[in-house]
Amino acid sequence: MNTIVCMKRVPDSATRVRVTPDGAGLDPAGVKYVVNPYDEFALEDAIRRKEEAGEGKVTVVALGPPETAESIRQALAMGADEGVLLVCAGSHDALSVAGALADEIRGRDVDLVLFGKQAIDDDNMQVPQMVAEFLGLPCATVVVGLEIAGRDATARREVEGGHEVVEFSLPAVVSTQKGLNEPRYPSLKGIMAAKRKPLEEREVILEAPTIEFLRLDEPPAPAAGRIVGEGVDAVPELVRALRDEAGVL
Amino acid sequence: MMTGRRSWSALDLSSEAEQILTLARQFAEERLQPTAEARDANEDRFDAAIHRELGELGFLAMRVPERYDGLGLDLVTYLYVLEELAWGDAGVAVSVSIHNSLPVSILLRRGSDAQRDEWLPKMASGEVLGAFSLSEAGAGTDAAALRTQATPTQGGWILNGEKMWVTNGASADVVLVFARTDTADDRRGSRGISAFLLSAGTDGVSVGRKERKMGQRGSETVALSLKDVFLPQRLMVGDVNRGFSYALEGLEAGRLGIAAQALGIASAAVDAAFEYADTRRQFGRPVRQFQGMEFKLGDMVTRLEAARGLLERAAAAHTLEDPRARRLSSVAKLFASETAMTNAREAVQVLGGYGYSREYPVERLFRDAKVTEIYEGANEMHRSLIARQLYRERGYV
Repeated sequence: MNTIVCMKRVPDSATRVRVTPDGAGLDPAGVKYVVNPYDEFALEDAIRRKEEAGEGKVTVVALGPPETAESIRQALAMGADEGVLLVCAGSHDALSVAGALADEIRGRDVDLVLFGKQAIDDDNMQVPQMVAEFLGLPCATVVVGLEIAGRDATARREVEGGHEVVEFSLPAVVSTQKGLNEPRYPSLKGIMAAKRKPLEEREVILEAPTIEFLRLDEPPAPAAGRIVGEGVDAVPELVRALRDEAGVL
Repeated sequence: MMTGRRSWSALDLSSEAEQILTLARQFAEERLQPTAEARDANEDRFDAAIHRELGELGFLAMRVPERYDGLGLDLVTYLYVLEELAWGDAGVAVSVSIHNSLPVSILLRRGSDAQRDEWLPKMASGEVLGAFSLSEAGAGTDAAALRTQATPTQGGWILNGEKMWVTNGASADVVLVFARTDTADDRRGSRGISAFLLSAGTDGVSVGRKERKMGQRGSETVALSLKDVFLPQRLMVGDVNRGFSYALEGLEAGRLGIAAQALGIASAAVDAAFEYADTRRQFGRPVRQFQGMEFKLGDMVTRLEAARGLLERAAAAHTLEDPRARRLSSVAKLFASETAMTNAREAVQVLGGYGYSREYPVERLFRDAKVTEIYEGANEMHRSLIARQLYRERGYV
């Protein structure tokens, strides 16, 4: 089985990000970038499936600035076979990214296209579904369980308050959620081997965006807390403040 | 907040090296540090699960060349990996360091082709964990005074004696053990000692007392008792009566591993102090805004970076086989271990009462740090060596 894992490079969630003064983006100074954590579930699923079957190929496709190659190398170190980097600078809306990815995937011999359910930087949660639509493939999102037998697939999806089970046939697009598996660490040997695996880099020009990006703003600083008193005597004032000022009672 | 804990970029490492260090850091943060307290509380428990994982990921293959299924990692990257692991748990790091620095490196330099082919691939995969056994009750810094005797017999040697302070000793699959091969009427001091490969479970070997240590309880330290242990000639490493010089060669590289381990402790102390000084408020503001605290933190970082610089310099000399390597290794070990101790002590002070409590990890760092000033050559010995070695480099006799 051939699997394509679409991957995005995002700022590490432990990084303290700062917006540039003009609001055009994030200040890259001091920002550490990682593979989007949800994409690691997709990657782990693809690698495990290949290892269990003893055959097949896992291709990682990513779109982004040239530094994204580092993140693809990490995926190769975990066990993916080859990488494709679609090089383009700047940030783009979901539709244009999905269009470029679909163009890359179309015409490839692929059984399963995996994504993380969303990227943790812009949280759009749109690209997997759009790619499925462009390719005319079935799509299961927010998947925490995936069984494949022959050309038939069954996915367990996380929905509000429970799980939903859906069936579809391959080829298909699946977006993965935490709970699907426990992504492995790349091994030292994997890291050393990754530099010898093929990584193709190609410039792409994206369609004009359909959404206009205006600016980023820092979230407002939280207001300082207030101590209304101590012990039992403070309760009436606390209740009043919660009801009249905070409006939470 | 772990952000920016390390910056290797100035070191100009290859991208593979950087990925390996990222992995080591991630492993230390996610797997070692959260479990370090349990290993510490469990009194010198060898954590087999962690070692299996270390083996699977390749941390036991770092210094084994690629032709023996290892990684052939360069010395500097290897040392920084050890620092990262020690940041998470110094006790686990020391057993990784011993395995790579001593039995692996000595086998590599002095083992026969057959020995290397047989042992190194298994040591790289982690199937075989290695240990090193030189010390005895009466032979510590003066290691050449060891008394374990190997007596020649048909096809090999019979060993008798009591070894001590064997890191990994009860769990290791192979121990590089040193014994006298001179005779009672012809004692040859350091030129009468040979090295042997001793497999776990060999007849006559018993694991003795497990030391109850002040710190580094994530590594086990045991006594080994040898009673009429027969070892065939093929298990002798290198030439007869040359073993002590092999041990010294190994220890010279090994002390860089201990320096790296000490750096990990020193750096964990810095991180703990920084985080606490930011979140702890007294007199209406974070304590890091008090100048007295800034002075402490500034000194801790300065010592840490100085120690790192010395270690890199020593590693470079070692890699280039520069004649100053021996002296620089001692300098790096001496300074890094004292930095670990000083930074751990200062971290306890920064955290105040909490630092003295087991609720925070700095009291463990304090206990873990102490032995780095003692093992792989007590620091007093290194001071003497540094002085003597400098005279030697300058041609004095």
